Amino acid sequence: MSTPLHRRTTAVKGSGVAVLKAEARLILREPASLFWVLAFPTILLCILGAIPSNREQEADLGGLRVVDLYVPVAILIAVLMAGLQALPPVLTGYRERGILRRMSSTPVRAGSLVGAQIALHGTAIAVSALLALAVGRIVFDVALPRQLFGYLVALALVTLAALGLGAAVSAVCRTTKITQAVGSAVFFPAMFASGVWLPVASMPDILQRVVTLTPLGAAARALDQAAAGQWPGWTHLGVTALWAVLLIAAARRWFRWE
Amino acid sequence: MAIIEVRGLRKAYGEKRAVDGLSFDVQEGEIFGILGPNGAGKTTTVECVEGLRRPDGGSVRVAGYDPVADRDAVTRVLGAQLQESELQPKITVREALELYAACYPNPADWRALAERLGLADKLRTRFAKLSGGQKQRLSIALALVGNPGIVVLDELTTGLDPRARRETWRLIQDIRDSGVTVLLVTHFMEEAQRLCDRAALIDKGRIIALDTPSGLIGRTAGGTAISFVPSAPLETRLLADLPSVTSVRHEDGRIVVNGTDETVHAVLSLLAGLGLSAHQLRVTEATLDDAYLDLTTGPDA
Repeated sequence: MSTPLHRRTTAVKGSGVAVLKAEARLILREPASLFWVLAFPTILLCILGAIPSNREQEADLGGLRVVDLYVPVAILIAVLMAGLQALPPVLTGYRERGILRRMSSTPVRAGSLVGAQIALHGTAIAVSALLALAVGRIVFDVALPRQLFGYLVALALVTLAALGLGAAVSAVCRTTKITQAVGSAVFFPAMFASGVWLPVASMPDILQRVVTLTPLGAAARALDQAAAGQWPGWTHLGVTALWAVLLIAAARRWFRWE
Repeated sequence: MAIIEVRGLRKAYGEKRAVDGLSFDVQEGEIFGILGPNGAGKTTTVECVEGLRRPDGGSVRVAGYDPVADRDAVTRVLGAQLQESELQPKITVREALELYAACYPNPADWRALAERLGLADKLRTRFAKLSGGQKQRLSIALALVGNPGIVVLDELTTGLDPRARRETWRLIQDIRDSGVTVLLVTHFMEEAQRLCDRAALIDKGRIIALDTPSGLIGRTAGGTAISFVPSAPLETRLLADLPSVTSVRHEDGRIVVNGTDETVHAVLSLLAGLGLSAHQLRVTEATLDDAYLDLTTGPDA
């Protein structure tokens, strides 16, 4: 404001890639995060699929098997593990330890660290989803999503909503410990909404209506519909998208760099 | 030429005025110290220079740029070592150096820097496993890796053992000799006395003195102290009448005369004239510590 000579220089070439590379190496050094995000959802799918009754077609599921319903659930667990368990403590820790502050005194700035972490957690979700789909197809003969594009849209929206939720949790929590506690407190209802204990499709009508107002519940229905070959309901996509927008806006509004 | 100009800088946190109208210039190529007690406003001042804080009033220019409006330009010419800032716990020394080198358009050779800072055999060690001294050295390396013209070092040697501290001092002199301007925040007077070309003494957000270290020392009463045990009783009045003497007192059987360089010669001549000799003769210069204590408590006490 006090100088008319506001210069806008271009970003340092290759710096964004360097940040992403460094953060990718660091994420690979977190075995717990890798296990819960990448391996656990598919392991859970295998355990449930190993139960014979879960592999029988059921009339009240429209001729589907329980294991068919659990592929999208496994993917949503990966979304939640990355968004609510893995991401928030990393972001809060970076702030708490002054790592963001240190980076913001370079030409690269702190936003690139946060951006890299969010992008990498998103990538981990994608890898975990591929793994669950592949294991479901190969081991349990679960059909691949028939409306693939709709499936990808729903998955992308719920990933944005969950990462936005994680970033928002980190934005409002001062310390890493509080972040973990709040993350877990949100994690369990979100697990329920995504249908881990009872697939959303089998929930009683009223419960289903309530649950599909949450991003996870709406995404669960959208994934089910896309898996069955329909274009996912616009209401479900709309609810998930609205949550994503609100949560990302909240995170941007309240996130503190120091 | 002034490479950093601070004019009437003000910054408050709520009711507390952390910085209250500071002005100073840092010349290109000098080591400029910012000294003062804890909570005096030192860190806030350099954070405004680094662009990490927006001043409430006054102006700051770093190489002609405004650290807030021209943030990007300032980050390219100024390397910072922040107080209490860490790195990712599992990042290795090598990865940190590579990462920070990639942040700058014309980085220094990080291998040479690691060598110079004694980190060459720690390249594969993770940040969390480094000792306090190694962390500090890495943080200096990262402040220098962008080839900055100015480097800001905040409480650099706090928590280092005396040997590591001395090594760090040598390093800072090397940095300056390579043409980098150094802004050094410290509360160690010995450090300031050894390193700084000029220093600003800050208390309660204001500059109370700005001078060379010897200039600051010269402002204190009794810059030089001469103490001895005379070979025979001596009337203190004779000593008190000598030129530039500020005080004479007895302490543990010794006579202590405070004065200037001139006093030393006068005392020795007087003793020679009286046919006395001075046993256990000690001449001590006042240190910046003395000046600091005088100046920071002086006006209020």
